[in-house]
Order: sequence, then C-alpha cells, then structure tokens
Amino acid sequence: MWEYTDRVKDHFLNPRNVGTLDDADGVGEVGSLACGDALTLYIKVKDGIVTDAKFQTFGCASAIASSSALTEILIGKTVEEAEALTNKDIAEYLGGLPREKMHCSVMGQEALEQALKNMRGEAPSKMEHSHEGTLICECFGVFDEEILRAIKENDLKTVEDITNFTKAGGGCGKCIDDLERLLTEARGEGVCPAPSSEPSFPAQGMTNIERMHLIESVIDDEVRPMLQADGGDIRLMDIDRETVMVKFIGMCSNCPSSHLTLQNVVEAKLREKVDPNIVVREG
Amino acid sequence: MKTIYMDNNATTQVDPAVFEEMKPFFTELYGNPSSMHRFGGQVGVRLKEARARVAALLNCEPDEIIFTSCGSESDNTAIRSALNAQPDKRHIVTTRVEHPAILSLCKYLEKKDGYEVTYLGTDENGRLDIQEIKDAIRPDTAIVSIMWANNETGNIYPIEEIAAIAKERGVVFHTDAVQAVGKIPIDLKTTPIDMLSLSGHKLHAPKGVGALFVRKRLPFRPFLIGGHQERSRRAGTENTTGIIALGKACELAIQHMDEENTAVRALRDTLETGLLAAIPDSILNGDRDNRLPNTSNISFGYVEGEAILLMMDQLGICASSGSACTSGSLEPSHVLRAMGVPFTFAHGSIRFSLSRFNTAQDVDYVLETLPPIIKNLRKLSPFSAQKSAPACTKSFSE
Repeated sequence: MWEYTDRVKDHFLNPRNVGTLDDADGVGEVGSLACGDALTLYIKVKDGIVTDAKFQTFGCASAIASSSALTEILIGKTVEEAEALTNKDIAEYLGGLPREKMHCSVMGQEALEQALKNMRGEAPSKMEHSHEGTLICECFGVFDEEILRAIKENDLKTVEDITNFTKAGGGCGKCIDDLERLLTEARGEGVCPAPSSEPSFPAQGMTNIERMHLIESVIDDEVRPMLQADGGDIRLMDIDRETVMVKFIGMCSNCPSSHLTLQNVVEAKLREKVDPNIVVREG
Repeated sequence: MKTIYMDNNATTQVDPAVFEEMKPFFTELYGNPSSMHRFGGQVGVRLKEARARVAALLNCEPDEIIFTSCGSESDNTAIRSALNAQPDKRHIVTTRVEHPAILSLCKYLEKKDGYEVTYLGTDENGRLDIQEIKDAIRPDTAIVSIMWANNETGNIYPIEEIAAIAKERGVVFHTDAVQAVGKIPIDLKTTPIDMLSLSGHKLHAPKGVGALFVRKRLPFRPFLIGGHQERSRRAGTENTTGIIALGKACELAIQHMDEENTAVRALRDTLETGLLAAIPDSILNGDRDNRLPNTSNISFGYVEGEAILLMMDQLGICASSGSACTSGSLEPSHVLRAMGVPFTFAHGSIRFSLSRFNTAQDVDYVLETLPPIIKNLRKLSPFSAQKSAPACTKSFSE
C-alpha cells in the first residue's frame, strides 16, 4: 500500500481539468500503454498566458494526480513561468510523492515541455527523441539526456533513484551498469583519471589490423545477434580510420528506424568496445 | 464502511473456531512441549493431535509433516534439502510462474551457487506443456519443483501426472501447494509427491505457521540447525499456538472442502460472468476450466490496476492486481508476462479471490460498483479500443 498524501488522493479521486481541447495551441503526448503510463496534455495560450489546460492519463493514482496537479499549476501562468516548471513543482504541489512514484511527476514535466515545443511549432505533439542521445533503457525507452537531467535537477544519488524518477533500469535490468556510469559522470564523483600507462579505450595502441579485427568481432558477437533476433542482419563493408561503413540486410534494410539502430546500437557498441571516436555510416 | 474481502489468495480471515482453539495456548497452556514436566508435556500431546489433523487433510502419515514458520520457509527447506542431499546433481526444473519463494530462490542459486535452472514457460492460458517437462529432466536434475495452483490466475497444474513423470525418471519432486491446500482435494497416498509446502494463513489459520510434507525415507537435510524439535528436521521451539491453529484449520478444511467447490465456486462464477458481461474490453486471464474454485483474474483494457484498486478501496472492496504500479516494480506480474498477456490488458489486471466467508451480497455489491469505476477511469484515459496505438497490441516476451 502506497502512502499517498491527502492532496494526491484528492487529485486522484477528483481529478481537475480532465478532457481534451479542440482548439489547443499546444499538445504534448508522452508515455505508452506498454510502459504502464501515458499522458496527453492540451494547453491554450492567449497573450503569453496559459488560459486553459486539459489532460488525459492512463496510469496509477499518482500519475493521474500528477497530471491533474500540472494542469492546476499551469492555468494562469505566463509561458515563461510554464517553461521554468519542473517535476519538483508538481511533486511539491501534491505535498510529495512516494520516491518510487516520482517518475509520474517527471512524466508531467515531459508532457509540458512537449506541449510548449508543439505550441512553438518546433515539434509534433508526440514526443520523439533527438538522435543525438543514446538509448540507455530499452525496456522503457529512456535516453541518456533524460537520465542526466533527472540526476541533476533532483540531485539523485543512487541507481535506485534513477529508476524511481525515470523508470530506467526498472525492467530487465541490463542497463544498470550504464546507469552507474551516468551517475558517476553526472555527479563527477569517483572518476579517477586512468593512469597514463593504461589505455583509456580498448583499441588505443592497437595496430590497424588488430583494430579491424576487434571491430569485426564486436559486430559479429554483439551487434549481429541483436539484429538477427528481429529478422535482420548487418554486413561490414569498409573501415576507414574512424569511419565504419555497414550495410543492413533483411528486415533491417527497409526498417524505418534503421538509422536509430545505426546510432544507438551499432555505433554505441563500437564506441564502447573499440574507440569512442568511431562514426558508423550506412553505405 | 463494510469490508468486502476478496483477496483470500493474499491471506485469509482466521476462522473463529481456529481462534478459539489456539487461545488457551497463549494463556494457561504456555508450556514448552519438549519439557519433562507434565505441564509442558500436555502441550506436546496437543501438537501431536494437530500434526495428525494436517496429515488427515493431505492423506499422509503424521510423521511426514514438519511444521515451519511459513510457506516460503517450507519451499526453501525443500529445494535446499534436495540439493544438499544430492551434491553431484546441479540442475533444477521449475516454471516461470512460480511464487517468488521458489523463483527468487532459484535465481539466487543460479547466481550465487552456480546451479543450472530450467524455467518452463506456459501458453497464453498459463498452461504447462507436459512434454516440455519430460524434455527438461536430465540425469543431473536434482529436483523438479512445480506449484500445484497459481496464486495469481488460480490455474491448477496436473501435479498427479507431473509427479508420476518425475518418479519414473527417479527425480525428487516438490510442489508448492500453498494455494491448493484446503481448496482442492489432495491425496498424498496415491500421488507420488516427495515434498509439499503449505501455509497456514491461506486456509484460515493465522500467519506465521506453515508445514512441509517430506515423504518417508526421502533423504532430507534440515534448513534450520539446532535443537531436536520436529525429529531434528527443523530446530526451534515449536510455534505452539500457530501449530494448534493450523491443525484446527485443516480439520475445518476437510469439512468445508465440498463448500469450496460448490458454494464458493458459484459465487466466483457469478462475479466473473457478471463483470465480463457488464464491462466491455475485459478478458479472463488463466485456464477457465482448470482453476481454483475461488480465484478469478480479469483484465480491464486501457486502465491501470492500481487506479482500479484504489477506487475499489474507497468502497471497502479488497482485491489485488498484477499491475506494475502496485508492486513497486515497473513491470506487470511475471505470471501475466509468461502468459504473453498483451500490454493493453496486462496493466489492468485485477485478481478476486473469494473464501467461504464471502456472501452473495458481497458479489452483488462488486457487480454494482465496479463497472462505473472502470467507466470513469476509461474517461480519464487517452486510450480506448478505437485509439490505441498499434504497438500496444504487442505482447510481452522475455
């Protein structure tokens, strides 16, 4: 049994501003049925002021309460004030959320950002990740940028907290090591500069031939099995210093998200296992 | 507000007759059954009686019953005993839908002690494939452990058949029967089960007492080492009140067995049929024809289980959910995932588990109040049968 505040219970049992806005100026959609929670936020803005906000939420009590609270906070705020809102404002408005449920407030913040971007004509209503980031948690589709921001904004100190706030690491658990790394990076703790005699990345100091063999084996052992699981395959075409040319075969060749696979799977693996400067291109 | 308790697979009400039976052992009969004096000795006599009552429910010998503190202890004792008694065998066969008392232990043994574990999957109704069990058994298999009935779906597994397979292959067979004991007839004289776990608080005895059946002459290694209690198979001064209560609960279970399978089943069926008919986009999880008579696991599409539970809680209705949000984990129940229940439904699963203390009025009340709850939550939800994203029909896989 969760210990919800009376405020959370009130906003769950009597949610404010439920529904849609046909003439919304901005719409933000985050989450999915698969993830277990999803929020669609509608905002109406006039003369730089949020005049109305509505929401629809699929999720637990705290997800519904966080969405309701968000709309209440928003109405009457200037766009600048809305832009400055964070998940902490939502959680505070509700008198706090159980630590394990903080991701519900983060979902509210993300929906708001998306709706504001959508209002400015910078993005569609549905949240899409920039291709700059790296996908860390495959189960819940969480990218490094979201994790780093959550760590910074909420002063997170443990991997468990990252899961509480972003859901990353809450599924299969494969990304726990990555979360540890991001935590260390973000907090700047425990990062000891590697002794100069130690290579700082696996391929450092290797001959060209050794390096090529390493790239080949990483693709064979780590990348190919992942693609084959989805009915696809990959062929290594050429290696020119830091540029690795590959070709997608089978299901992958006409998959609309193959560019994501290229960066988030192939490039990320090669950067991790061979050389952080590697760029992967299709050709 | 009246409490409508439909969460009996989580725990049950202590039967008033059980409570009466155990009371004197808190007050005047506080002696230690191991003592030499008659004051303690009289308690020992009553423990013997309780042991015989448990044995009667299972149709086994009283000496084959070891009292423990809970179902989890019984499960841990059984698995570790089989492994320690056969140190050359390093393989375990179990299923993906076991209770954490088995599942977490197996994962632990895999990780920390290097055992190999085969986790058998299920079909979409949560049924096991007998051929898969046969194929999984190897010469180095130390134990096959398969639950008798599943706590979430109520599915009953063909334990008689599985036990016979294990016996034929010469492998120790254990069953976690925590949900089955007291609800369906069990006959250990005719079923070649080597070890069986049960828990008191699932059959109207209090929490803190369980039992492990260990068949005569099965090599056994104790889990708790210490005094000579339980014929040196489980050290620690006996939980006399709990054991007396369990004995009485087992005696009552024999008397109520028919009722569980007629009256309780009828209530469950009325509830289930009514909900499925009244609420669109609702599906039954589990094996319709082969379930405990008290359990019904229903998924309501496009809404989330915790929200449903908390709305029901406002009306005094107690049930549970396989949704991610209720457990503190972020993924829905491992049982529903093993069955491949689609995302659209997995997050909105509710388990109703009844007992002989439920009434027709209880069922009517839920039938009256739950449909509007689901309707209201669906109004809040951005999803519906018409507007769910195509990706959402994808099912879980591991």
